[in-house]
Amino acid sequence: MPSFLDALKSQVGRKILTGITGVGLILFIIFHLIGNLTLFGDPQAFNEYTYALENLGFILYVLEAGLAVAFLLHAYIGISIWWNRRKARPQGYKKYQSKGGSSHQTWAAKSMIFTGIVLLVFLVIHIDTFKFGATETIMLNGHEARDLKSLVIATFQQPIYAFGYTVVMILLGLHLGHGFWSAFTSLTMKHNEYSALIYTVGIIFAILMAVGFLFIPLYIYFAGPDAALISY
Amino acid sequence: MADTFTVHLKIWRQEGPNEPGELVDYTLDKVNEHMSFLEMLDVLNEEIVKEGGVPIEFDYDCREGICGSCNLMINGQAHGPKAMTCSCQLHMRNYSDGDTIVIEPFRAKGFPVIKDLVVDRSAFDRIIEAGGYVSVKTGSAPDANSIPVDKSVADTAFDYATCIGCGACVAACPNSSASLFTGAKLAHLNRLPQGEPERAERTVAMVEQMEEEGFGDCSNYAECEAVCPKGISISAIAEMRRNYMKAALKGSEA
Repeated sequence: MPSFLDALKSQVGRKILTGITGVGLILFIIFHLIGNLTLFGDPQAFNEYTYALENLGFILYVLEAGLAVAFLLHAYIGISIWWNRRKARPQGYKKYQSKGGSSHQTWAAKSMIFTGIVLLVFLVIHIDTFKFGATETIMLNGHEARDLKSLVIATFQQPIYAFGYTVVMILLGLHLGHGFWSAFTSLTMKHNEYSALIYTVGIIFAILMAVGFLFIPLYIYFAGPDAALISY
Repeated sequence: MADTFTVHLKIWRQEGPNEPGELVDYTLDKVNEHMSFLEMLDVLNEEIVKEGGVPIEFDYDCREGICGSCNLMINGQAHGPKAMTCSCQLHMRNYSDGDTIVIEPFRAKGFPVIKDLVVDRSAFDRIIEAGGYVSVKTGSAPDANSIPVDKSVADTAFDYATCIGCGACVAACPNSSASLFTGAKLAHLNRLPQGEPERAERTVAMVEQMEEEGFGDCSNYAECEAVCPKGISISAIAEMRRNYMKAALKGSEA
């Protein structure tokens, strides 16, 4: 019998880990989107939310460490699978096409490595822009806080950010289009009466996430800094 | 006599395992719609022999879709365009006059080319040798009734047992994964009372052998299920993952 650690390093274990980290990252982006939507709430709701988040203390470090591990493991396994496939078929086909039918070899599935790497690069830029971005300090309910809301609005006035984010969020949708369903299969769900439903729910979820995230930069860009929904 | 038509063929020719190969163009004008795909290749070979050439090597045995020998990549699809058929069950009525058909061998590190369209699939035999059996005496035919097996369990086991080991799953998989083959064999044996006692050892041994043979990872493309001539479900792969992780968890406790 392999040790549990060895089992995790096997092809099967790698898929289980991809599924678990994928589910973790899906939960993360759901919370991320809900948090972002506070931009459209009370004038200071977003800054109060980010203040609360940045002052979680020890819990924040645990969450950040967990997310970092999930991201890196997910990316590392994904890239190694893509790398291994070259070794597993040293000579490729002159002609290759999917048979269709029950195949899930969609554009979303075939572009996982591309969308994944773009998301990884995006993540670095994204953290640099907002987590480590320079912000004004404002007084919020008697304590000093970062005015992240102003930074968000200023950032998305710039077309490169507004449209860059939009493109990346469409790629996120594509990644989720295969990833959501794939996670269920990786975590050993068999085909049953719900399989088709889960695949459809995955696609709806992917579209919701992409549209939810890309709405914010596009709205801010086109509605301008004095837009009704985000005004102070 | 049926009307004949012409097809243009691009067929992989390779003299030996270590020789470089290439697609060679052939035009065959004696095709009729009733021919099977393999008969069409037979007729082409007769033409090649008449002209003093070396006939194209391709694998076949039963020509009725149950032996799993006729492993051809036809226009980029394992066993051609039809669902749940082997290459031998494909008929020329699926093609029209003037069509171009590309024929390549199944490609994977685990399936080295021997000659032309013939590949060595003994990697599958070694996966079976690793655990694809039961180590108990199952008795003679009447003894089959002495161990009650639930009808639904027997039916599901039989669905997985229909795997003929043709290798289309590997050939069509973008990653060259052998997960559907290995999973089907495991799902067949693991759920029956005769196979159940060795479930953990079998699952681990076959998964490890599959990896050792150089087959790639599964990315849940489900292309394997689409090309499988027996329509085996990727549920087999999910089940393999579950049993493998269960075995590993148990193993580390012991």
